Amino acid sequence: MSDTTYTRRLFLQQGMTLASMAATAPLFIQRSALAMMQPEGSMLSSRPGVPEDHILVVVQLGGGNDGLNTVIPYGTGRYYDARPNIAVPAPGRGAAQQPAALPLDHSAGIGLHPNLAGFKELMDDGVAAIVQGVGYPNPNRSHFTSMDIWHTADAGAKGYGWIGRYFDNTCNGSPVPERAVAIGRTAPLAMHGARQQPVTFETADLFRWLGEDLPAPGGSLNPPYQQINRSSTLDNVDPDSQLGFLMRTALDAQISSDRIRAAVAKQPLVRYPGGQLARQLQIVAAMIRDAMQTRVYYVSLGGFDTHANQVPRHANLMRQLGGALNAFHNDLKAQGNSGRVLTMAFSEFGRRVGQNASGGTDHGTAAPMYFVGDMIRPGLLGQHPSLTDLDQGDLKFNVDFRSVYSAVLEDWMSAPAAKILGRTYSKAPIIKA
Amino acid sequence: MIGKSLRPLPAGEFDDRKARHLLNRAGFGGTPRQVQALADIGLRRAVDYLVDYEKIDAPAVRVDQFDKDIMQPLARDQRQALRRARRTADEATLEQFRQLRQSAQRADRTQIRDIQRWWLARMIETPRPLQEKMTLFWHGHFSTGYRAIEDSYHMFMQNQLFRYHAVGSFRALAHAIIRDPAMIAYLNNNQNRKEAPNENLARELMELFTLGEGNDYTESDIKHGARALTGYTYRDDEFINFQSPQYQRLHDHSLKRILGETGNFDGDDFVQIILTRPVAAKFICWKLYRYFVNDLPGVPQKPAQQFISDLAKVLRDRNYHLKPVLKALFKSAHFYDSANIASQIKSPIQLIVGAIRSLQVPPRNLSVLLSASELMGQNIFYPPSVKGWEGGRAWLNTSTLFVRQNLMIYLLTGRRPGTHAWQSDGPTYDPMHLIEHLRSPQGMVNLRDAVTHLLGVNLASPPHPSRLDVLVRFAESGGGTLDKAMLVALLSLITATPEYQLC
Repeated sequence: MSDTTYTRRLFLQQGMTLASMAATAPLFIQRSALAMMQPEGSMLSSRPGVPEDHILVVVQLGGGNDGLNTVIPYGTGRYYDARPNIAVPAPGRGAAQQPAALPLDHSAGIGLHPNLAGFKELMDDGVAAIVQGVGYPNPNRSHFTSMDIWHTADAGAKGYGWIGRYFDNTCNGSPVPERAVAIGRTAPLAMHGARQQPVTFETADLFRWLGEDLPAPGGSLNPPYQQINRSSTLDNVDPDSQLGFLMRTALDAQISSDRIRAAVAKQPLVRYPGGQLARQLQIVAAMIRDAMQTRVYYVSLGGFDTHANQVPRHANLMRQLGGALNAFHNDLKAQGNSGRVLTMAFSEFGRRVGQNASGGTDHGTAAPMYFVGDMIRPGLLGQHPSLTDLDQGDLKFNVDFRSVYSAVLEDWMSAPAAKILGRTYSKAPIIKA
Repeated sequence: MIGKSLRPLPAGEFDDRKARHLLNRAGFGGTPRQVQALADIGLRRAVDYLVDYEKIDAPAVRVDQFDKDIMQPLARDQRQALRRARRTADEATLEQFRQLRQSAQRADRTQIRDIQRWWLARMIETPRPLQEKMTLFWHGHFSTGYRAIEDSYHMFMQNQLFRYHAVGSFRALAHAIIRDPAMIAYLNNNQNRKEAPNENLARELMELFTLGEGNDYTESDIKHGARALTGYTYRDDEFINFQSPQYQRLHDHSLKRILGETGNFDGDDFVQIILTRPVAAKFICWKLYRYFVNDLPGVPQKPAQQFISDLAKVLRDRNYHLKPVLKALFKSAHFYDSANIASQIKSPIQLIVGAIRSLQVPPRNLSVLLSASELMGQNIFYPPSVKGWEGGRAWLNTSTLFVRQNLMIYLLTGRRPGTHAWQSDGPTYDPMHLIEHLRSPQGMVNLRDAVTHLLGVNLASPPHPSRLDVLVRFAESGGGTLDKAMLVALLSLITATPEYQLC
């Protein structure tokens, strides 16, 4: 309905050419054409005058990443007491089976998991940061609920996603396909708004009609399929009707599919390591390079729920994380886009301070968040949570994750954080002034 | 005396197209022969046949087909042992309990998948489509998600409850739902006790289940309603006994003031008071209207509003019995108005079940169908929130449209995309039966007639002439022979039209 009123309003302002186009052009082409006729910036950005070229990439580490074995408090004896079998040794104390932490801040006794060399390199180059001790009050230890809390930014895990609400509150509130892209099987709750729905696909090659692969009598099914799905209008079809809506969506889908597949088909500028996360970030980098209009990308890596035999599993995940973030940043840098893209990694919770009886760790609370990009204030930000002042064996958080969201929304995406998050949070100073 | 807006469709106007509309909406569609059969018996008997479905034999639901004990709570001695282990930080024992719980959860997640497959199969096979369609309606209305409650048997029990009351009495269902273990757990009423009331169930009972947001109630009604619901909890699979000391301890026996009435109310009194409000019937009929008639975005237009009010009057006059409402709805001229035909975007379940029932394609692999349904935004037993599925245009975006079209390829060919090659599930589909009746005495089928017929039985509204042209040209370029492969190709294209998403 809002589409209609919107079109009608512009019709009045700008006359016939636009109105006749409204019925035939797909939604997002229509909007970009309209944008060209507006004063510069007013359509393209959430704040007048700010060019819309900032991009956010969210990396979800699903299952509850063990923050204490990622950002390692090797200077604290209590860490080794609580984790006799799974602690990462302090620099200089490593062994063949248990390599030592990479030092980050020697005076504070903080280091990184040895397999995060790729991320350490970014820290050393001043383009990466760690915000320590991030969490929220009354932490929930259920994966699903805690993940939903992070996705909705709501203590009760209710409502639409925070990124979905970002879109609902900007871009004049009208959804544009391709603005939000999630790589994965299903769209994450975080990306769902009342109006905005993300484009979601697992691999670009599946984001298309698969009937074109079928053997068909007399050649391919593709030409008649394209004719049917690209005919954005038919005589006597009211553009406001369900069929009008369906036909526009069908045309949008074809165009998005063309663009995304063309973008992803190109060779990346750097070599990516193996693994699921690297594969996803490679797709994202290709889409950024192709100047897609996407503002938020969402990727994810699972397997962090390390209740048993944690050491080798976590080491593997750390290698994937460090390697993928490093390659992604270098690709963006080679493209000249590393100043436009903020990458943020989080997990639904950290793990308990003490190890359990199975050589693993159980669900905990506060944990670090990880950031990459030229715009980031580099280094270790905030305080490492205390290992002695605990809440029933769990870390106490220092930074509310919504303070981090507020900074990302306001300082990076130029969006009204309080309106999107429902109240004001003190902003975590993570973006360079 | 029923409202004028419920005026029935004149009997002579009930043709094939309207019979298909009825079967699409009151069920999941059907074969051309089933549509024809409904048209032949006439409007009144067709509607009665679908609504009075208890006259049709259907396989009974066996309550013992799923294991009710997977998530059984710990026995008293186990609870004591666990407490002791916590107190003494006995890691080894705690670890045993953790393992026990984790293996139970794993088994339960397997069982909820079994239950999903069972329900989907039932929707595909049932001779009583309205019963399953209404069960799905109540599932979305009294939305409860497995993810939050982690007890598959409770989800199954709730599903059975919806099936039992599907077209029965809304009053009985409302009383039953506040005693339903899955709902109680989902909306935390098991934590609602005298000293610390939890308002979740009381709030949603009014806001989402009966009155509608902000309709005729206040925050104070929620607070007092929550107190009326204190102690409404369950033990294992059973609702609490009101005589038990536990209930007596948990329930707040003091006076409450709800919607202007004062008394020592319990949860059932609360429901009764709510249902005295005329807006309750109106709210339910509005939801039924969106589900069965039209769910276009925005406020319903005047005639629709009148129609909903008149339905609500029937619901009130008949003490919240649903059958009279559904019969009036399905017989009304308004329901068959051309503005209401082909006006809904099929839900993912409607698309899957409808395609199988109408085209008689083999059902393929139910797990693949369920996963496609999830990708399209409807994962049964996992509604996205307490508000259920939003429906309408929210079903459709560029991603879900591809999934919808590709699902049809899977149903028609059994071929699903793997990472490298296509796999094939199940037998090849033979659609020749769809055009047999078009054969001339010489055994020939006219191409244009065949394509016209295929469009006609698959689309809810008359096809646009240009669609016919595209398809006929395609068939001609392929030699024009109407064999199995050609029919599958044509059906792949027809089910990939935007209009196929409408019903």
